[in-house]
Order: sequence, then C-alpha cells, then structure tokens
Amino acid sequence: MGKLRRRGARELGAWECLPPAALPSLQTVEHGFPNQPSALAFDPELRIMAIGTRSGAVKIYGAPGVEFTGLHRDAATVTQMHFLTGQGRLLSLLDDSSLHLWEIVHHNGCAHLEEALSFQLPSRPGFDGASAPLSLTRVTVVLLVAAGDIAALGTEGSSVFFLDVTTLTLLEGQTLAPGEVLRSVPDDYRCGKALGPVESLQGHLRDPTKILIGYSRGLLVIWNQASQCVDHIFLGNQQLESLCWGRDSSTVVSSHSDGSYAVWSVDAGSSPTLQPTVATTPYGPFPCKAINKILWRNCESGGHFIIFSGGMPRASYGDRHCVSVLRAETLVTLDFTSRIIDFFTVHSTRPEDEFDDPQALAVLLEEELVVLDLQTPGWPAVPAPYLAPLHSSAITCSAHVASVPAKLWARIVSAGEQQSPQPVSSALSWPITGGRNLAQEPSQRGLLLTGHEDGTVRFWDASGVALRPLYKLSTAGLFQTDCEHADSLAQAAEDDWPPFRKVGCFDPYSDDPRLGVQKVALCKYTAQMVVAGTAGQVLVLELSDVPVEQAVSVAIIDLLQDREGFTWKGHERLSPRTGPLPWPAGFQPRVLVQCLPPAAVTAVTLHTEWSLVAFGTSHGFGLFDYQRKSPVLARCTLHPNDSLAMEGPLSRVKSLKKSLRQSFRRIRKSRVSGKKRAANASSKLQEANAQLAEQACPHDVEMTPVQRRIEPRSADDSLSGVVRCLYFADTFLRDGAHHGPTMWAGTNSGSVFAYALEVPAAAVGGEKRPEQAVEAVLGKEVQLMHRAPVVAIAVLDGRGRPLPEPYEASRDLAQAPDMQGGHAVLIASEEQFKVFTLPKVSAKTKFKLTAHEGCRVRKVALATFASVACEDYAETCLACLTNLGDVHVFSVPGLRPQVHYSCIRKEDISGIASCVFTRHGQGFYLISPSEFERFSLSARNITEPLCSLDINWPRDATQASYRIRESPKLSQANGTPSILLAPQSLDGSPDPAHSKGPDTPEPPEAALSPMSIDSATSADTTLDTTGDVTVEDVKDFLGSSEESEKNLRNLAEDEAHACAILIK
Amino acid sequence: SISSFRNLLKCRFLGCTSFGAEFRRFSLDRHKPGKFEDFYKLVVHTHHISNSDVTIGYADVHGDLLPINNDDNFCKAVSSANPLLRVFIQKREEAERGSLGAGSLCRRRRALGALRDEGPRRRAHLDIGLPRDFRPVSSIIDVDLVPETHRRVRLHRHGCEKPLGFYIRDGASVRVTPHGLEKVPGIFISRMVPGGLAESTGLLAVNDEVLEVNGIEVAGKTLDQVTDMMIANSHNLIVTVKPANQRNNVVRGGRALGSSGPPSDGTAGFVGPPAPRVLQNFHPDEAESDEDNDVVIEGTLEPRLLSSLRADPRHSLALPPGGVEEHGPAVTL
Repeated sequence: MGKLRRRGARELGAWECLPPAALPSLQTVEHGFPNQPSALAFDPELRIMAIGTRSGAVKIYGAPGVEFTGLHRDAATVTQMHFLTGQGRLLSLLDDSSLHLWEIVHHNGCAHLEEALSFQLPSRPGFDGASAPLSLTRVTVVLLVAAGDIAALGTEGSSVFFLDVTTLTLLEGQTLAPGEVLRSVPDDYRCGKALGPVESLQGHLRDPTKILIGYSRGLLVIWNQASQCVDHIFLGNQQLESLCWGRDSSTVVSSHSDGSYAVWSVDAGSSPTLQPTVATTPYGPFPCKAINKILWRNCESGGHFIIFSGGMPRASYGDRHCVSVLRAETLVTLDFTSRIIDFFTVHSTRPEDEFDDPQALAVLLEEELVVLDLQTPGWPAVPAPYLAPLHSSAITCSAHVASVPAKLWARIVSAGEQQSPQPVSSALSWPITGGRNLAQEPSQRGLLLTGHEDGTVRFWDASGVALRPLYKLSTAGLFQTDCEHADSLAQAAEDDWPPFRKVGCFDPYSDDPRLGVQKVALCKYTAQMVVAGTAGQVLVLELSDVPVEQAVSVAIIDLLQDREGFTWKGHERLSPRTGPLPWPAGFQPRVLVQCLPPAAVTAVTLHTEWSLVAFGTSHGFGLFDYQRKSPVLARCTLHPNDSLAMEGPLSRVKSLKKSLRQSFRRIRKSRVSGKKRAANASSKLQEANAQLAEQACPHDVEMTPVQRRIEPRSADDSLSGVVRCLYFADTFLRDGAHHGPTMWAGTNSGSVFAYALEVPAAAVGGEKRPEQAVEAVLGKEVQLMHRAPVVAIAVLDGRGRPLPEPYEASRDLAQAPDMQGGHAVLIASEEQFKVFTLPKVSAKTKFKLTAHEGCRVRKVALATFASVACEDYAETCLACLTNLGDVHVFSVPGLRPQVHYSCIRKEDISGIASCVFTRHGQGFYLISPSEFERFSLSARNITEPLCSLDINWPRDATQASYRIRESPKLSQANGTPSILLAPQSLDGSPDPAHSKGPDTPEPPEAALSPMSIDSATSADTTLDTTGDVTVEDVKDFLGSSEESEKNLRNLAEDEAHACAILIK
Repeated sequence: SISSFRNLLKCRFLGCTSFGAEFRRFSLDRHKPGKFEDFYKLVVHTHHISNSDVTIGYADVHGDLLPINNDDNFCKAVSSANPLLRVFIQKREEAERGSLGAGSLCRRRRALGALRDEGPRRRAHLDIGLPRDFRPVSSIIDVDLVPETHRRVRLHRHGCEKPLGFYIRDGASVRVTPHGLEKVPGIFISRMVPGGLAESTGLLAVNDEVLEVNGIEVAGKTLDQVTDMMIANSHNLIVTVKPANQRNNVVRGGRALGSSGPPSDGTAGFVGPPAPRVLQNFHPDEAESDEDNDVVIEGTLEPRLLSSLRADPRHSLALPPGGVEEHGPAVTL
C-alpha cells in the first residue's frame, strides 16, 4: 500500500497531490556492513545467512541481491538467532530475553521479512505449578530441536524450557528443572553446588530426541526428550564455554574458560563419564583466555577440523581477535582486526551423510565478514560480493557518478581485478547463495566513490542492491609519511608461534591524517580524476591499463598571495617522493598541486576538455592548467579580520567535533538503555556510573535555558574566506553575444567570483588544445547581501536546463545546450536560492528557504526526474537537503517548491553531512560509519531489493492470523527511524495468547522493478559532495554540553510523546 | 564663553549647466544658533540666491541627508556638527525629486518610489517634512490588524553599528483552547544586549513571546529554526510578539485600558484569534529594494597574463572608497 502511494506521489506533475506526512520514507536499501553486529545464523538448506545487530535489526543475506531487513520494535541487542531450517523462518533472542519469530513471506512473487510472533518468558515464580521456585531470569541459549516445532530454552537458573515454535507457547510440564538432572549426578559431584546457567544446548543431527545440555559449572548431560530421561552424564569440572557434537554421536567436544578444550567419548554405558579422552590447551602452557566457541567437523578425506575462537595466551596475545583452524598437523591462527562475534561452517547437513566435509568458514567480526575456503589448500579468503566494510578506513567524502560508459566501467573493473587477483585454484565461490534476485539488470552503471582517511579512494558498483567493491586507489604512495617501515618491523619482531595470519581488510588506523581525501571528482568520458586532500594536495590522475614507472610533476601554489599578517600554525604540507615511482595499472597520478598554506581542500572541480582543475581551501582558490602544468590563477579570499582561518587545522572545530561525537554517543547510549528494561542490575549500575562520569555537572544543566543570539552575519565572521564551491561553465560573462569558458567560485561569506577564461581552442578533431597559456580575468564579483555561505553554483542554458558536462555536448552524448537564449546562473546559498541573468547579473527568481522555513541548506544537486507516466518526459529539479534532514525539491529555473520529504533525523549530523545526491534523483547517506542508506526521490529510479526464496514450509491460513506486524522497509537498520517506534498497541501483553492481533490484510501490490533511466540529457550536476563534517554542519550543535543534555531530554520526551499520540 | 565654530557650506545648483556647485564657508554660534528663519535668510543671502526657493539639508553623522526646515531640526543640525556642518542647498524642484531622506547619500531611491511621491501636490504653508525626509526607525506596525494583546514590531537596523541585540529561548505558554487551558511550547525573548537596537527601541522586552517572524508563524518550529529565520530576515526583521507586560498595549477603537487593570480580554494568557498573516506595512518589493540587493561588481575583462599575477597580488577588484552603488549602474573599474 505504502509503496503504491509513494510511487503515485512521486510521479511527475503530481508533486502537490499529497501532504508530505502521507508519504512513507524514501529509504530503499542499506549498503555496506551492519553497524555493531551481535548475532549470526545460517540456514544450510536455503543457504541464507542472518546478521542481528545491537540496535535490534535483523538482516538476511543470500545470493548477491537477495536481502531482507527487519527491525525489532524494542531496539534491544539481538543476542542469538536460529533458522528453522528450510522454512525461511528465524527465531531471534534479544537481550531482554524476549523471543521473536520472523518469517519470509511472499507477496506477489517478492519476498519480505516480517515479524510473526513474539514471546517473553513469564517472570512470575512458580507459574508452571512446579513445587520448586524456578528462577526464570534470563534465557542464555536457544536450541531448535531438529523436528523444528520445538525450541529448547536454557536459562540462567539451570532450567531448560520447551516451547512450541508455531505458536510460541510454553510446553508446560516438559520443563527440565536442574533438580531432575542432579538426581542422576553422584553425590560427590553435587556437593551442594548449583549447576550454573545453561551454557550450551546442542541437538543431534541424526537423533532428534537427544539433546546435549552443558551447564556452566562443567556438567554435560545428554537428555532424551522422547523418554524424558538422562541418557548420559559427563562430569566435567572446568567452567564450560561451548559444546559441539561430533557427527557420529560418539564424540562430544567441550571448550572451557581456561583456554582448553576436551573431547569426550559417548560410550553406551550408563555410568557417568568422569574424564575426557583428550583435554588440551592449544596455546598453553601459560594461562590462556577462554575458548568461546568450538566446532568439530569431520572430513571424508580423513581427520577432522577443529575450529575455535579465543584461547590465546593471556599475557602475550590476550588482546588479539583470533580464530584457530586446526586440521591434523596444520594450525592457522586467523588474526582479525576487530572482535569476533560468531562463526559457522558451511558443510553438509544431510543426516544420511557420514561426513561434514566443511566447504567454508564464515566469521562475523565487529566490522566485517570474512569467508575462508576450507577445501582449497591454504584456506584462502573468498571475496564477499556484498557486506563490504565501507569503513575499512573512515569515510571522509563521497561522490556519485551516474551512467558510467561501458568502456570505462570495464577498465575500472579490470584494474580492480589486477589489484586483487582471484586465487585461480579456489574451487569455491561465494557459499551463501540462497534466493533469487528478481531485480532487473540495472540499465545504467552507477559508480560510488568514497574517499577515506588513509588517502585511498574506493570505487563501488552502486548500480544495484549490493554495493560491490570494484577498485581501490591509494594516494599514499606519492608521499613520504612518517611511519613507513613500522609495519615491516612489527612483522619481523613476531615469532612463528602462534602461526598468525592476518585476515580481513578493516584497518582503521591511518598513517598520516594529512593523507585524508577531502574531495573527489571524476570525468567519466576521459577517465581523468582529481583527488584533493587534507594537506592541500590536489592530485590529477588518469586511468591507465598498464603499470608504468614515472615521476609526477609537482607544483606549489601560494593562495595567500603575499597577504600579510597571517601565520599558518597547522600541519606541514606533505613532502612528495621525487624521482620515477612505479604505478600499477589503474588511476596513475599525473600532476600534484600543493596549496600553501596546506589547509584542507574544501572544493574542487575538473574540466577535462580544457585541461583545467580548480581547487579551493579556507584561504582562497586556484586554477591550474594540467596540460601545460602551469598555474593560471591564485586568489586569496581571506577577510582581513579572519584570524581563525590561519590557525591551522581548526583545532577549535576539531575539539567541538569530538565533544559532539561524545554527546551523540551519550544520547544514543541513553536511548538504548532506556529500552533495556530487563538489563541486569550490574550493567545498569555501570551505565549510570558511565553517564555520571561523562556529565560534568548535570545539575547546572537544568538551570540555564538554551539561548540563541539573534545577530546578522557580519563580513568578518570567522572562516568567511572558505571556498565552498567551484564551477566551470561555457557561458556569457562578457556580453550577450560571445560565450566562452568561465570559472565560478563561491565562499562562506556569500561572495561569488566569476572569471572569464581564455582557453586556446583545440584544433578541429584534435583532442588536445595547443600549447598556449590559459588566461583568467575576473569578470564579476557578486556579494550576496545575506552573506550566507554559497553552497553551489550552476549555469542554466536558454531553456533553463543545466549545462552539460565537459565532452558531453562535443561528443554528442547529450543534447547540446541552448547557446542562443539568455543564460542564467543559479546560486544556492545556505539560506536562499537565486537565479541571476547573464551576462548582466541581476536577480531573476529567488526562494528564501531560511526566511520561510527556518532551515538551512546543507546539500544541493540538480537532478533529472523522469516521469513514470510518460517514457520520454523528464525535468530537471533542484534537490536540497536541509539541516533538519528534510529533502526539498524545487523547480528550475522557477524555484517553486515542488515537494518535500523528511529524510534524515536532524540529530544525525554525520548522516546529513555525508549525503550525496545522484543525478537521477536518488541519494546516499551514512547511517553508521559502515552503512550507506539509499533513498529515492524519483518515482522512476528506485533501487531496492526484489528477491524470492524457495521455502518448503506449508503456510496454513491460520498462521496469518498470528502476524502482528508488517515489517517492510520502513526503517533503518541502525534502529533510528521514527516510523518504527510507532507502537502497535497490540503487543501490550507479553502473553502470547494476547498478542494474536487481528489480521492485517494487505492490498495487492503491483510487481515492481527498479528502473533506471540511462539518458545523458543533462549535466551530472551533483554539486557538492562533502563527506566530512564541516563547521557549518556542527554550527547548529555548537552549544555547550548543556544543550546536548537538553537535546537528550527532549529526545526522551519526544519518544514519550510519539507513543502517547499514536496510542491515542 | 562663546565659542564660534566654522561651518562649511556646500551649495549645489543642480539645474544649472554652466557650473555644478559652489561652496561657501561661514561660522555660526554653536550654542545660540538662532531661528531657522534667520538661518535661511543668511544662507540665501550668502549665496546670492534670494530670488529662488530652496530647501536646506545637512549631512548627519550617519551620512544621511536630512532637512533643515524648522527651528528644531536646525538646532539639532548645529548641535550635531562635528566640528563642520555640511549644509546642502537645493532648488525646491530638485529637492522634491526625492534626494533627501535616509540613505540618500549612499543609495538612490528606487525610480518607482520617486514616481509615487512626485504627484502634483499642494504644499501647505506650514513646512512639514515628507515621510521620506525622516529616517525610518523601529516601530510598531499593523496596529489595526494585530490583536490588541499582540504587538508587531519592525526593527529597522540603521547602518551596521548597532547589533540587533537580543536572545531567544524555548519556553512554555498557556493558551485557551477548546479543551481548556493548555501548555504549549513557545519561543520567548530571553535577554537584551544593553545598548543594542532591540533594547534602545523599547519595543521588545525580556519574556515577550515570539509569535511570528516576518509573517510566518513560529508555532511548531524549533528554537534553531526560529533563530535561522530571524537571522535570515535580519535586514528587515518584523517580529510579532505577545508582550509579557500587557499594560502598554496600543489602545484602539476608543477603548481605554486602565493602567492598573488587567488586559481587556480578562485572562492574561488568552491569545486572541490568530493574527492575520498579512503584513500591511510590509511591502516585499520595497523591503528588498532597500535591503536585499546583492552587490555586483563588473570587471574590465581585459585579458591579463598570468605573469601579472605576481605583480598584482590581490588580483582583485578593489571597492571604490565611497562604497558601491547598489542596483544602480555598475561601477566600472
């Protein structure tokens, strides 16, 4: 229903049809790696994998393009997940001990994940009529008994409960109380001590009646569910961590808190087993950390795999995150860069098979997913087609390139393949292959570029649902950095034991912060790009299919231009390496321009037809001719009173950023803790302590109200000289008769500089222009009276359309711009949009967004919206993201508001700062350091998962009546959405009998497939793609900690409000 | 003791083609300037223009050309001389074309405005300055549209020296609704900067509730949004407030408010029908022509080589010392 309505509303010409409140969210799909994963599950039959997160999200992945997302109503941590094998159903356990049953259901051929049932253990003592008061505190483990309809729940109080999965009701009378087990235990073992929490429950593959129960104290019990009696007992004495049952029921492996594991043999005798057959401490003899999980898999070729996590020597390697894989004599210690959440093997699970024969090992880490091929010698890693860790180094900026030509695409892909050659011998491809991707092959290729803190630029295939890494460009090799040989030294110092092997690509540590990429621009027709960084470096690169060894020419441009009275207190410029350097195939640097002072580059633009690159910093801007390798122009934009800009890398801003981050973390934490009703007391205490420690003086906060000063901007506001945007256009600047190359620059204080350029014309048919100097003459200087920062500039042709990209018109790739009629320039500031006539600059139309709405512009882009109704009809609109997280769409050049949506929470400043619009009305923003959310403003151009899954589970009609909630894509998986918080008053009671809400019939939904238009009719005018949090972004939040405290309170109140309203 | 002071007289005959202006210098007694009549005669006599009808104006400290047409403003003019008083004399017909008035020295009135005012008019014997002869000041506007309990204030920033000078905060106000009294969030003035514009006008006060900013209701908007709206409108800020002190409300329709009695509507927290969203005295065109013009400076566009980049370090267009004419003919350098 919602989707149909959205499509209708977004149809062109129907902007005004619906109030914005009626529109569902625009979000379509999340890209990247789930933030803070906490649980993992795998269905070997359907070959799908589920990841649960600490914010309560459930994400299911199969073959590339097959994705399902759900979000628990309570944003509690998902601690365990279990698939009902082959049924497309998933049981999840949250840390509030509630159980939730999720189903993958099909509507008109497309599958969705929906929550069907939920269950909370009743907390009344003695509810089941048992004489002994059972402590029913917390569910520690869950086991789906092989038959599938029963789940066993192990609790902290040593009891095991049984649950009917189809209805999520407790099977009373079947509960296994600890007393029953203790009866079979010899007295000398019992000695009055409790068994401890149930640590592990394992079912047997071949004999579903048998359940292996492990208690924390070390006791292992094989319980026969059919006969309700204890089959066998192993009297372990070491504190238990995990258990695994061998395929033939003759062996049981247990792992322990002292870093040892033991192998027990299950003999037929009824007497308790006292000793394990083998007990080893693999990384002994010194004290070791616990082995948290152990797997035992046998092989047809003989021997077996033992795979376990942890167990490292406490003193020397206690801080490592390791998984050890042992087979016969071969031991490999996989050394990961982030915490291990869980792991599983892909192996045969048919009961009739005699061997497990594991094919692959999948390890879920805090920051990435690593899959190893266990069938190929050496156990190489299998590259993941999705779940790429976007944040392997922190993302500092991003840019989107739409409709990439096939040739360039192929060259980038091949450069990427040369970079990370696939192991040819690997027989195994990606093992998680469940489901079918029903989405059509995207008709155009979209490239997402992310710039990172370590100086790399990553190229992602953003055409479809799965964001696939294509190629990685590193700029660090061009510079001499401080810590170059640190790595090799560290390697040498390490011993051979344990046999560490570095796995995974998550590496958050940057060698040198100056390498950070600030701005990226790519010309898709010439395969040239510019990468600009934190230390004022501007690098022009060109794609080459062969490796070369060449020197890069370096130029230095002084942007201060002899301006006196300023001293740069920031970082030094990077010192480039001299002499020929080897460059692999891919983007190879041609020219390096370094700005002085070496402040971060704040704007960059490239015109490949003219071979010009323009760049700006907080001090001024420059223009460089990279064909002749000569500077054309340097202009200082500093205001004489602006001292802050000179003080280096904005230390004040930085600390603000830090404090902001802390306060947001605090808000988030408090929100999560608010949800955790059932959290145990000790963690609550810790949280309270932590909060107390973080808040300096919470009482003062209450006293002072938040105040805002009302004062207009003055010319000498700090950072007024920051260059915010740069733009090249072939337009009329001198007079109405002659058009020519121009360059435009906009600053933080509302100044716009327009330069007329003399670019020697290229010979007919020739690619390169003659070797003559390019000249730049200042043509116009516009000072916007409201002095708001200029965020974007674009020139519109006589028909009101944006000018095409370089080469688009000359190569007949786009409709030639109208060079007859009067051109106009659109200047977007943070407060207003204005269209001025050209060549005489006089205001034509304007829209004062801030004066009307009280919001400020953060990102703007000109986007082409294609009509759903009419194939060929498209119009260009101005899309704008505000500091409140709303997206507004305006007509161009009329600047009439068309529609607006709320898109990002306004508190999510990093999300707002990271937003990138595509030219066809989609966009991306970061919802966590590792995930991009994709949204679509366009009715035509939507990218969302469409997939199906073959499920062999006969859904009878009665099932539907248990469904209490739909879970379409209403939410972000980081648990932040507003819509999802809407409580469905139906689940007021934890008693499952009451949670049978009325059926929510769903109107049929048209089969929808994402369609992209591949028209190159207009310029790629993604005007600004900052990924970094700028001063302006944080400005609204600059207030002291009191304000964030206040916000925090407001948030809490807001939530309460929302609930109240919705229930009413 | 009597100190004499010098007075520079600058006389412009705009209608005369053969010579544009002539200048006279003479002194006046600062403490006893005398009557306007005498001054007028003196001026006319000094310039030998007794036969023509002239208007006399002077340049005040802000650079505005203000009229001298009675004893009071003559007195004010003399006392504001520092130490020179620049007096401008124009033929009456010239003056009527609208060159007097605030800001007239640094910006031209819009042609439209001049036309509007230029209609044939019978001049009364009593010399009363035209509205445009006075500098606009902050004022209460739309008294007839806004409920009596509200006040619509236009803050006129004259020049840039004085800060607007107030702060706003979140708060709660009590309103009468169909469901009874209800507490709703509101935006209030929290602080006045001493010496700021808001304080010096006396039209706004701490704890006044802000209801509208330039015709747009602030209900439902956050403090930050309202802040941004006010700053975006700061060049011509019109704030509708509900004053915390309801005793000084403008009285209309003959009803008098007892100075000690409660407001006429009885309940202190009552808010009348929503104020009409029309701002009578707010003509967008006018406001924008005055305040919202972006400055455009044209370059020469003569090719300059990069080699000159070093020689001309600024490589920029210097602003003419007297400021830039806005929206007029572009200044060509």
